[in-house]
Amino acid sequence: MWQELYAELKDKNFMVVAVAEESRGADHARPWIDQAKSDYWQLIDTEHRLEDLYNLVNVPQAIWIDGQGRIVRPPETAGSTDHFRRMDLKTRTMAPKDQEERLAARQAYLEAVRAWVTTGKHALAATAARATLPKVTPEIAEAWARFRLGVWLRAQGRTAEGDRQMAEASRLHPDSWSMWRQAADLDEVGKASGADFWKRVQALGDRPYYPPPKL
Amino acid sequence: MTKILTPTAEHDVAARDGLWMSPAAAEKVTGWTLKPEGMCRAEACVPLPASAVGTSEVDVAAFWTKLGGPVIASDQRDVWALGAPADERNAALEGLEAPDFTLPDVNGVPRTLSQLRGKKVFLATWASW
Repeated sequence: MWQELYAELKDKNFMVVAVAEESRGADHARPWIDQAKSDYWQLIDTEHRLEDLYNLVNVPQAIWIDGQGRIVRPPETAGSTDHFRRMDLKTRTMAPKDQEERLAARQAYLEAVRAWVTTGKHALAATAARATLPKVTPEIAEAWARFRLGVWLRAQGRTAEGDRQMAEASRLHPDSWSMWRQAADLDEVGKASGADFWKRVQALGDRPYYPPPKL
Repeated sequence: MTKILTPTAEHDVAARDGLWMSPAAAEKVTGWTLKPEGMCRAEACVPLPASAVGTSEVDVAAFWTKLGGPVIASDQRDVWALGAPADERNAALEGLEAPDFTLPDVNGVPRTLSQLRGKKVFLATWASW
């Protein structure tokens, strides 16, 4: 997904780290990784540890980190847009105008990464970066403990109990699409983008599924 | 043995009546050391109520709750998850130093974010679902 960008910038002290939030494990993610033909890091996060650590709620999200290891752009949507919400569900296609806008938004995001790597543009000062950080609440912290337990129980074949913990995690952290969709996917591949997913997306109303980055 | 899942590791320890265990086991699981002042890590100490300390044991569930972290048990109480306290997560992120982590690559080779110090890193998530 990021190989073209990486190939172009890798001689400029730049690295891409792509993390697969995949509780089904490496073998389940492998076909996508093989297809990407990438030479950056492709990591596997079966327990969604990165999401817990960085307070993430959906994929794809990205964090920009400078050479000193400092966060210069907190988690934000990485190039995806809400145009998919208007697609024709029967044919799974988008109107040409939506397709164009979607592609343009992705190009603009890639262009912003390019500008950051080459000129430092778009890196936020500390106060601005802090201001955009979403807060971890005690409910979110409990949700991650339950999610972790749920993934473990499911992996041991304690399916019903694992599902119950994951459902409780989703109830405590309703903003996390990752928790809900991962649980749905563990239940059955495809369920994460099935009828219940679309119902949840529709229930957002005017709220975004992928909040656009403020670049 | 009791299985304990922490945000970054998995431990099998001898525990009874929930998470009562030896101070050595408690240190292995939590990274905090039992001292007369309470449970301590570096300069910080969290005082424990008398009800959470025995002659040769400490109640890790009580300590973790005091720390502000979630403690979740399985139905059979054979597996426990200790979650990171919300305050700890917020403080780490507000410091803006990118929280370090180690995860395996697709071939199982462990990779650590801080190995990339000196480079700008674009850290992005994805999923098949």
